[in-house]
Amino acid sequence: MGRVVLVTGVSRYLGGLFASRLSGLPDVDTVIGIDLVPPKSDLGDVRFVRADIRNPIVGDVISDDDVDTIVHLGVVSSPVSVGGRASMKETNVIGTMQVLAAAQRAPSVRRLVVKSSTHVYGASAKDPAVFTEDTEPRRLPRSGYPKDCVEIEGYVRGFARRRSDVTVTMLRCASLIGPAVDTSLTRYLSLPVIPTVLGFDPRLQFCHVDDVLGSLERAVAAGVHGTFNIAGAGVLSLSQVVRRLGRPWVALPAALLPSIAAVVPQLRSADLSSDQVAFLSHGRTVDTTAAEKVLGYVSRFSTEEAFADFMAHRPTGPLTSDRLDAVEREAREVLGKVVHNVRR
Amino acid sequence: MSAAEVIPIDRGRSSEEGQRDEWERRIADALAFLRRRLSGDFEVDEYGFDREVTERVLLAALRPLAEHWFRVEVRGVDNLPSEGGALVVSNHSGVLPVDALVTALVVHDNTGRFLRMLGADLVFRLPFVGELARKAGATLASVEDAERMLTAGELVGVWPEGFKGIGKPFADRYRLQRFGRGGFVASALRTGVPIIPCSVVGAEEIYPMVADLPVLARLLGLPYVPITPFFPWLGPLGLLPLPSKWLIEFGEPILTDDYDEHAADDPMLVFDLADQVRETIQQSLYALLMQRPSVFG
Repeated sequence: MGRVVLVTGVSRYLGGLFASRLSGLPDVDTVIGIDLVPPKSDLGDVRFVRADIRNPIVGDVISDDDVDTIVHLGVVSSPVSVGGRASMKETNVIGTMQVLAAAQRAPSVRRLVVKSSTHVYGASAKDPAVFTEDTEPRRLPRSGYPKDCVEIEGYVRGFARRRSDVTVTMLRCASLIGPAVDTSLTRYLSLPVIPTVLGFDPRLQFCHVDDVLGSLERAVAAGVHGTFNIAGAGVLSLSQVVRRLGRPWVALPAALLPSIAAVVPQLRSADLSSDQVAFLSHGRTVDTTAAEKVLGYVSRFSTEEAFADFMAHRPTGPLTSDRLDAVEREAREVLGKVVHNVRR
Repeated sequence: MSAAEVIPIDRGRSSEEGQRDEWERRIADALAFLRRRLSGDFEVDEYGFDREVTERVLLAALRPLAEHWFRVEVRGVDNLPSEGGALVVSNHSGVLPVDALVTALVVHDNTGRFLRMLGADLVFRLPFVGELARKAGATLASVEDAERMLTAGELVGVWPEGFKGIGKPFADRYRLQRFGRGGFVASALRTGVPIIPCSVVGAEEIYPMVADLPVLARLLGLPYVPITPFFPWLGPLGLLPLPSKWLIEFGEPILTDDYDEHAADDPMLVFDLADQVRETIQQSLYALLMQRPSVFG
């Protein structure tokens, strides 16, 4: 008998992609997708249930169909799409609590897969450069999506203790990126002029959307208990990212950045909260050895490749590398002539 | 086919042409460097180390200062391994961490390796300073980063006296301060790398700190605000380091791979080893001071 998988948040980008990808797998019988609003795109063989994960209906769905695996993707990373921070927090935290409460009562559930984020590590000058899954962050995130992730992880750990017979896999993904990805970071990187933190050059790591889907699929298939960092190999500094985009940037003092972002309407969607400013100051990299050795997932895209794929689908700024090449050739010729004449 | 005929070349002309080629090569090189920087086409590692900027800008700027201003003499470079992880432990002095930078320079120029410096969190909290430190290959002095670097076979530098050493009054010069909890020894034991004691003479005199302003320091969130005979009286000119004569000695490696796996959890052993390293550095500081004709000699 094949498996019955419940995916939450299927009307969102990642949830929809993952649900339709799962329904194509041979050993998966049924994929049930659940969300508050109907999906915008066709999800293929996914059976869609319109329900709010914040209320107990989700328990009936689980028990009626003998769901054995729950993939919880109903977590939103930005208040823009759900109409404000309050309802974002409710979706994320209350929603997760309801899903976990329903799962706890359902004896059919064998596996739980939750997508979290490397934002749970926070970012500060007191933190080591590279986080492993066991690193204790020195300063926990205090607001927004990062804080929600910390709380969600807490509830998931509580669930794992109470239902020790369920295999719980938690994936901490680095900043999601890809051609069609829309997060606060991709909106930040799409600004015509990119505000950076004066005197800092954070290290960034990206996780390509294909690798998020791939690692989730691996987690559903493998059933390995634990928490794993998922990120593209290597690092890009923000200065590299901005220059590769060929866009102008303006360096602003860290203390002023959140207030400037609150006043300038164009910056609002980039969500430059104090946590995000800390991230854009110190950055963060994670160790993915556990994902490779224990979970058995090696990211296909390096950080550089994932970013290149994002960049290929965005308009580049005025300082493209073709133009720089041309300027370089020109300057070499002119300076060569100058040297030639001086020597003579 | 006949043997190639040897054509005598016009020497004067060729050297002039060679020089022109040399100039053209340099221009092309500098332009390519600029283009790579502007287009973001360079590499940094997971700690933020930017090899190109370190070699071509930071170390290049430091070299004349070390060679002509401080006239650094180096001893015991053979004690630095040419490959594999090792922990260089050094004394710390001079108000600003010039000693760490100069040590990194002499390590690079004598072995071709980059000294990965471990710094206090203050370094990474300060704008510009933190950015530059990471680009130069430094990272936070934390167990996680230190052991990760050592395991990866890096040459890591640590200054266990910390602010107690670098910010001590001029009257206490060449008197080693406490070595903290000896965390560096535990990390060396856990990763099985040798400890290389390093003694720097000369950095104590670059900014002779005659007084400290603790109240102002607390206000600014700094460990100390130094008063030297020239700072702040001469303004920016007071930031010019005095041209003291420097001697840097790398001592015999202290091996740690003979100990068993629980050695790092034995506080007695860790303290003993830390003391041994400290004593070695202190003795060689005294010996180097005897060899130095005078402070500015």
